[in-house]
Amino acid sequence: MSEQPGEFAHQPVLRVRNLVKTYPTAQGSTPVLRGIDLDVDEHQVVTLIGASGSGKSTLLRCVDLLEQVDDGQVWLDGQDITDPRVDADAVRRRIGVVFQAYNLFPHLSVLDNVTLAPRRVHGVPREQAEAQAMELLERIGLAARARAYPDQLSGGQAQRTAIVRALAVQPRLLLLDEVTSALDPELVGEVLALVREVAAGGMTIVMATHEMGFARSAADVVCFLEGGVLLEQGPPEQVLVDPQHERTRTFLRRVVEAGRL
Amino acid sequence: MSAPGTEVFGDARGGLLPAPSEVELGRRSYRRSRQRRSTWVALLSTLVFSTLLVVGTVSAPGWPRTQQSFLDPDVARRAFPLVLEGLWLNLRVLVVAAVCVLALGLAVALLRTVRGPVWAPVRFVMALYTDVFRGMPLIVLLYIIGFGVPGLRLQGVPTDKVVLGTTAIVLVYSAYVSEVFRAGIESVHPSQRAAARALGLTHRQTTRLVVLPQAVRNVTPPLLNDLVALQKDVGLISVLGAIDAVRQAQIVSANTGNFTPYIVAALLFVLLAVPTARLADWATARARRRQQAGSVL
Repeated sequence: MSEQPGEFAHQPVLRVRNLVKTYPTAQGSTPVLRGIDLDVDEHQVVTLIGASGSGKSTLLRCVDLLEQVDDGQVWLDGQDITDPRVDADAVRRRIGVVFQAYNLFPHLSVLDNVTLAPRRVHGVPREQAEAQAMELLERIGLAARARAYPDQLSGGQAQRTAIVRALAVQPRLLLLDEVTSALDPELVGEVLALVREVAAGGMTIVMATHEMGFARSAADVVCFLEGGVLLEQGPPEQVLVDPQHERTRTFLRRVVEAGRL
Repeated sequence: MSAPGTEVFGDARGGLLPAPSEVELGRRSYRRSRQRRSTWVALLSTLVFSTLLVVGTVSAPGWPRTQQSFLDPDVARRAFPLVLEGLWLNLRVLVVAAVCVLALGLAVALLRTVRGPVWAPVRFVMALYTDVFRGMPLIVLLYIIGFGVPGLRLQGVPTDKVVLGTTAIVLVYSAYVSEVFRAGIESVHPSQRAAARALGLTHRQTTRLVVLPQAVRNVTPPLLNDLVALQKDVGLISVLGAIDAVRQAQIVSANTGNFTPYIVAALLFVLLAVPTARLADWATARARRRQQAGSVL
């Protein structure tokens, strides 16, 4: 396993260097990520902003090894996870993912959705897994819905269940892929409140989002992506209030015009 | 417990809505009257249609002779207990075949989707198997297995006609059913697989715990449809000489020079298929309801 380049005073939870990803198309291949560099420290909340198609989701999918990268490297706690000799299942066990469309398992109850990975992947006995799951569901006010099926939940309830499902295996890193984009406006708040709570608990989070207000108040670092390039990154008050890059300014102006900031 | 009907008017918070308006009452009464009219039209048209059918058949020039050779009540009475006895064999074959077909079909479907270079020959053989046995006419395969296999005179290979016939049926139906299962597996959205893998489940765990349960649910209606087809095709083991319902009918028919026993057998097979067909309808309707809850069209 190759070591990280250079000497660093500390080791980030996630380190991405020169990440390239292309998708095959009829005309050949389209680059989606053109060399991304990113560091995420422990307990940090990093938000990825940018227009649809800028590569936010692809970056998250590459980090969780749901996509094979075409160049560059990704380290999780110092381990190069893009090495093909690495056990991808073992890597994914250390990373939690929440998708835009929840992706709950429709044939399993809320409780079974949450306990599936602890029981089957981590070998936690059923009683213990269910007790832990109920505790988590209690905390988000969904304990009464534990026996319900995903299609009986509201969007907000479903997404909160998906977040709890990802947290149930105590991941090292949580990836949130536009978790509020599929929700009705009045349901966005309850999901963001849960993300805020999880962040306050010390979880390291990378979050692709269109919620600029949330990025501004909850993020430690905001990254602006455009056309597969990480154009600008820094603290929210800098990137969102006083962006250095002309394109970032254009993007934010559009967001403001759309009434999203 | 609330009085019947009040629930309908209760809103989400459990409170009651005011009584329906004049307009709504008018709409309801109109819909009821249309419904009554539809019922009458359906009854009348059924009556006219069946009368025409009966009159048309009975007035055919060859009707008396046909009635004699196909609908002789005395022959039917003689044939009934024997055919019923034969049907018991069909039923036993059906149960064994259905269980084997489900197991083999699922196994073939899973082996076709298994990953890894080591499994390449297995995938190839399974694809070949489905191609060959889906294309082969069942009756030809029955002859090949029913007469060809015993002809080899191998030690330990069964020579019983029923066993050989069932084997041929299982081979053909498993090829069909494996494709149904494969379609079901592919109908599960890739995001489900992604979600399972993201939780750290392996490829096999994902297939077993996430994909298969949803796939089986999706393909239950077509599987029940295949069961209806299997139900009547078990009658084909008679070509090997197994004494089933069709064979019994054939024997009685030969003894009496009358075709009525076949009609008896046909009716029994139809009766056998009706519950399964209704079950298939019910499963299909339920699957549709799940997908389009609340739509009136």
